[in-house]
Amino acid sequence: MLTILFDGVAYGMLLFVLACGLAVTMGLMNFINLAHGAFAMAGGYVTTLLMSHFGVPFLLCLPIAFIASALLGAILERSLYRRVYRQSHLNQVLFSIGLTFMAMAAVDYFIGSQQQFLQLPEWLSGRSEIGSMGIGHYRLFVIVICVVLVIGLQLILTKTRFGSRLRAAVDDPRAASGLGININLVFLSTFAFGSGLAGLGGALGADLLGLDPTFPLKFMIYFLVVVAVGGTTTIIGPLFASLLLGIADVAGKYYIPTMGAFIIYCVMIVALMWRPQGFFARGGSK
Amino acid sequence: MNNKRTLLKIAAALMLTGVSAVPAYAQDVVKIGLILPMTGPFASTGRQIEASAKLFMAQNGTTVAGKKIELIIKDDGGVADAAKRLAQELVINDKVSVLAGFGLTPMAFSTAPIATQAKVPMVVMAAATSSITEQSPFIVRTGFTLPQVSVGIADWAAKNNIKKVVSLVSDYGPGIDAQDSFKKRFTAGGGQVVEELRVPLRNPDFSPFLQRVRDAKPDAVFVFVPSGAGAAFMKQFAERGLDKAGIKLIATGDVTDDDLLNDMGNSALGVVSSHHYSAAHDSAINKSFVAAFEKANKGMRPNFHGVGGYDGIQLIYKALEKTKGDASGPALIAAMKGMTWESPRGKVLIDPDTRDIVQDVYIRKVEKVNGQLYNVEFDRIPAVKDPGKIK
Repeated sequence: MLTILFDGVAYGMLLFVLACGLAVTMGLMNFINLAHGAFAMAGGYVTTLLMSHFGVPFLLCLPIAFIASALLGAILERSLYRRVYRQSHLNQVLFSIGLTFMAMAAVDYFIGSQQQFLQLPEWLSGRSEIGSMGIGHYRLFVIVICVVLVIGLQLILTKTRFGSRLRAAVDDPRAASGLGININLVFLSTFAFGSGLAGLGGALGADLLGLDPTFPLKFMIYFLVVVAVGGTTTIIGPLFASLLLGIADVAGKYYIPTMGAFIIYCVMIVALMWRPQGFFARGGSK
Repeated sequence: MNNKRTLLKIAAALMLTGVSAVPAYAQDVVKIGLILPMTGPFASTGRQIEASAKLFMAQNGTTVAGKKIELIIKDDGGVADAAKRLAQELVINDKVSVLAGFGLTPMAFSTAPIATQAKVPMVVMAAATSSITEQSPFIVRTGFTLPQVSVGIADWAAKNNIKKVVSLVSDYGPGIDAQDSFKKRFTAGGGQVVEELRVPLRNPDFSPFLQRVRDAKPDAVFVFVPSGAGAAFMKQFAERGLDKAGIKLIATGDVTDDDLLNDMGNSALGVVSSHHYSAAHDSAINKSFVAAFEKANKGMRPNFHGVGGYDGIQLIYKALEKTKGDASGPALIAAMKGMTWESPRGKVLIDPDTRDIVQDVYIRKVEKVNGQLYNVEFDRIPAVKDPGKIK
């Protein structure tokens, strides 16, 4: 029972790291980026390739995955994304899903479609039993990293100058730039940061979720569910949504294996009927 | 993925026009349409079959009974609709004499009506649900069926002091076949299946299911997952500490797939499985097959799908020889029925009644040989007919 709860929390936390970048770009920048999963995949592949070909230690790979995905995000933001910010949502969706397909085909072509594996260091791959609860060390590690991230993100968004600039830039770009805020830079860094988080999530998740070229599509649904259920205006909303979905998914597969894959969608439907705006949405916002 | 498929199609089309530009002796060419998952999660199956089909043709020449053999490879991306559409195109536009390949059961099922209508033999090289050959009188199988290989391990488990088993399979045709035939045979041998779990086919997260296995505390867990998913399974099996909890892993050979076995690491050591082919099979034919295959494919090891593809092309060659070059569907099928030959896996026979393959099934254990992991065979059940069809 507790083991299931623990696994669910770890899974949910991982979903959160993967999806919160999407929540940021969607909620704060009002931009629908379906290619988010592609950045996560990039992070995952950077990690597995570095580890298997160059013997880079796992812990070092995590920040590298973050930076690599963030850089990729920044470059694409400058060159491509910027052009579609002001366009209709349909164009954004078409553009970003196209990008996803291109990323998948590119990975398939260059690296191959087989699943990638990474060898976790010894101290992460074990498992301890505390009472009746089995704790996988790696899952514990994931939870710890995610908790740190959540706290950090919340502080950045609410307490720092950058956070208020970002919120200002989103709410009213014209007034914000009139006040001397460099909107382009704010958007660029936010986008890059969101992509970086996805990359980190991909690196952390490569072991638990599996990594192959279909990753962006396979998990896009999960990201969107998290964002839809959690709402996009806060960090806490997606966090709760991820935890709820993670636990529901794992527990559902454990207790009702025949229903397995459906549970998560049932939860989503119920949650959306109850709070169509998302858990923590400010009433009536877009 | 769509982009790539379109590209492939264009490339294939270009190749075809290139071929037909050479004034072909139309009647003297026999075309084989090979439909395989070359992209997507099951691409390893496609790669194996493509490589072995090409190897066979390189070894045996491309002329049989005065006919030139031509191979047309199409990628279905692991999607049943695509397989059907490609088969239609191959039959109508390319006028193929034989359809072959079929990586997974859904692809074989969707294509079966086309084989029947067009009277074109359909050689199933990989898909392993028992009932596939019943879908059309033109289907012949050179791979294996899940019931065929599941009963071996069920007998072994019953004889080796395993009393309680949880079975865990991928939730589609072959998985259900494996689960049912294992249960039938194992309970007949005095064992007990305490729980039957089915995992979604496209979900690599086995952990909740494995936790359930662990909590049920069986002597062993019987597993089937399709080729390609085995490595992810092994990893999570070890991570969850099932091996330390004293739960043995028994499986069909799909799990300890030769193609991926070395990636699984030491957690795979000691896994007992039953299957019709191992790259470590001890015969002269197999040794030269493995050596040639590895040489032609940068060290890639052939797996059971590879051997299914190799024998599939071999069967087509032999049938053409027997009909003296008559490539019409009914003649080829008649020639294939009852055909027997020496395959890298041992002696095989196409059952004249069911058009399914009859072959030896081996019980194997994963061991380290010269620093590499292999499925080492230690027992043999001779000439197993597909039990799924014995009513």
